[in-house]
Amino acid sequence: MLGFLIQRVLQAAAVMVIISVLVFVGVFAIGNPIDVLIAPDATQDIRLDTIRRYGFDQPLWKQYLNFVTSLVQGNFGRSFVFNMPVLDLILSRLPATLELTLAAVIGATIVGVPLGMYAGYRPHAITSRAIMGLSVIGFSVPTFWVGLLLIMGFAVELGWLPAGGRGDTVAVLGVQWSVLTLSGWSHLVLPALTLSLFRMALMIRMARAGMREAMLSDYVRFARAQGLSDTKVIFGHVLKNISIPLVTVFGLELAATLAFAVVTETIFSWPGLGKLIIDSIQSLDRPVMVAYLMLVAFLFIMINFAVDVAYAALDPRVRGRS
Amino acid sequence: MTRRDASPFIRFCSEFAENRLALFAFSVVVIIVGAAILAPLFTPQDPYDIGKLILGDARRPPGYVGRGGYVHLLGTDAQGRDLWSAILYGLRISVQIGLTAGAVAFVVGGALGVVAAFAGGRIEALIMRFVDLQLSFPTILLALVISAILGQGKWQLTVALVASQYAYFARTAHGAAVAERAKEYVEAALSTPLSSGVVVFRHILPNCMPPLIVVATVQIANAISLEATLSFLGLGLPVTHPSLGMLIANGFQYMLSGRYWISIYPGIALIMLILAINLVSDQVRDQLNPRLQR
Repeated sequence: MLGFLIQRVLQAAAVMVIISVLVFVGVFAIGNPIDVLIAPDATQDIRLDTIRRYGFDQPLWKQYLNFVTSLVQGNFGRSFVFNMPVLDLILSRLPATLELTLAAVIGATIVGVPLGMYAGYRPHAITSRAIMGLSVIGFSVPTFWVGLLLIMGFAVELGWLPAGGRGDTVAVLGVQWSVLTLSGWSHLVLPALTLSLFRMALMIRMARAGMREAMLSDYVRFARAQGLSDTKVIFGHVLKNISIPLVTVFGLELAATLAFAVVTETIFSWPGLGKLIIDSIQSLDRPVMVAYLMLVAFLFIMINFAVDVAYAALDPRVRGRS
Repeated sequence: MTRRDASPFIRFCSEFAENRLALFAFSVVVIIVGAAILAPLFTPQDPYDIGKLILGDARRPPGYVGRGGYVHLLGTDAQGRDLWSAILYGLRISVQIGLTAGAVAFVVGGALGVVAAFAGGRIEALIMRFVDLQLSFPTILLALVISAILGQGKWQLTVALVASQYAYFARTAHGAAVAERAKEYVEAALSTPLSSGVVVFRHILPNCMPPLIVVATVQIANAISLEATLSFLGLGLPVTHPSLGMLIANGFQYMLSGRYWISIYPGIALIMLILAINLVSDQVRDQLNPRLQR
């Protein structure tokens, strides 16, 4: 097990280095940051001075080395646009994305799993067909379109809910949260709904497939033969068995949504990470782009690592194979 | 196991036709693709010819008769484009990009996956590790970053879509090819003097097709949706050639003032196309899935 761990840690580190090179070179190809940093009518002297100060006159490999050196010291650089340390910027945006993501994924699970289980339990009922129709639509309709419709329906026509922003926030331990105020909740509902529709469709499908398979299995047949009611069979036995893939998907979706709520956040002007990355791509804010992508890559590598290790701990065959 | 005498393709088609919803969806796809290809025949205006756009006719509601002397069936957008024409031309771009990206990703990903499965050892580990790594990232994030790097344009967008989608084909092809590789007919073929390339492409590849076709139908719909999303975010196509996503994005700001048609109609067209493709792909998946075969 120790050998396996060491091997995986080394692999993850190697992957991280490769990704940092890819990200740095890739972002390097986007636009010319000088145009962002100085006014177009600046003199040649100011221009050259700025180029030198930011190290843009050095070769790419040297810029990369400088970047890695300061990264190891915990310094992600300063944002060109906001003129503050990138790490602080990202951390200040994280809570907004976190609460949006949690609301969306938890909501999708609470609604989607029971619906999917019902559709798997009675696959031919009309209700089940309606549920599956809902899930096909949830898969097909692009996120930005859901957002537009919700804004048009609930914000413009009915005027019930706000169309954008985060509402009032309350500071808890120095972090601003909007789930603690009524205004915050009213701002959260529409973006969370937008973000959750696709996840709900996914949960419905997973739960339905698991349920259908489980209902045909031997253990369900024996449990029924024992005289247990269907309710007891489903909640006592089936739920435990189908929850393993559901939990896996829940975790992966949570991470994916956290890393990428860009579309939803853009439409609803939700001041989270997704909006930050889109803004930084449009304003050529290189340090923010690089830091954000590196952090996302780190997050995903850690999750993959954790999954690998968990599987290895549970299943000796995985250890033997690699 | 009826209709054993008919060719597999005909059997596939007649089974497909039994599902009326899927058949209907398929005909919707055919109609939309046909209308998109023949767009110039059905539209009163070339929406990409800036010289013909009349700003005085901008943001008119559906049914308005413009200075060109024809009815704007679905109204006009902020630049005075006839929306019906713009939607058909936009569908043209969507279909073109979706099909091209899907086909290239199919070939590249399929080839990588099969080669990895057949080569084994280091090459397989290298290719599949990379593919797995890529699959663990959200597709849309990759597409977003790549298209930001490459800039706007049709082929840049296609490259971004291929680069973020080929991995699904590689994963599927690899899985199928590994299973085929272990079968006896491959062993038999390898024991003859056939070159390994012939065995891979003539014998293994055709047997990996069913799952790849399923992935392809899903990925074409995804490519169209991704293209619209990227264009909506302003990273897809140039402003002079508005695709559906960009038409929707441009109309967004007018929606709050009640001019709903600029966003709504392109959106309906987009969703009809994606929904129809997904319904077709659901049926194809059920038919090609050996576990559901009776």
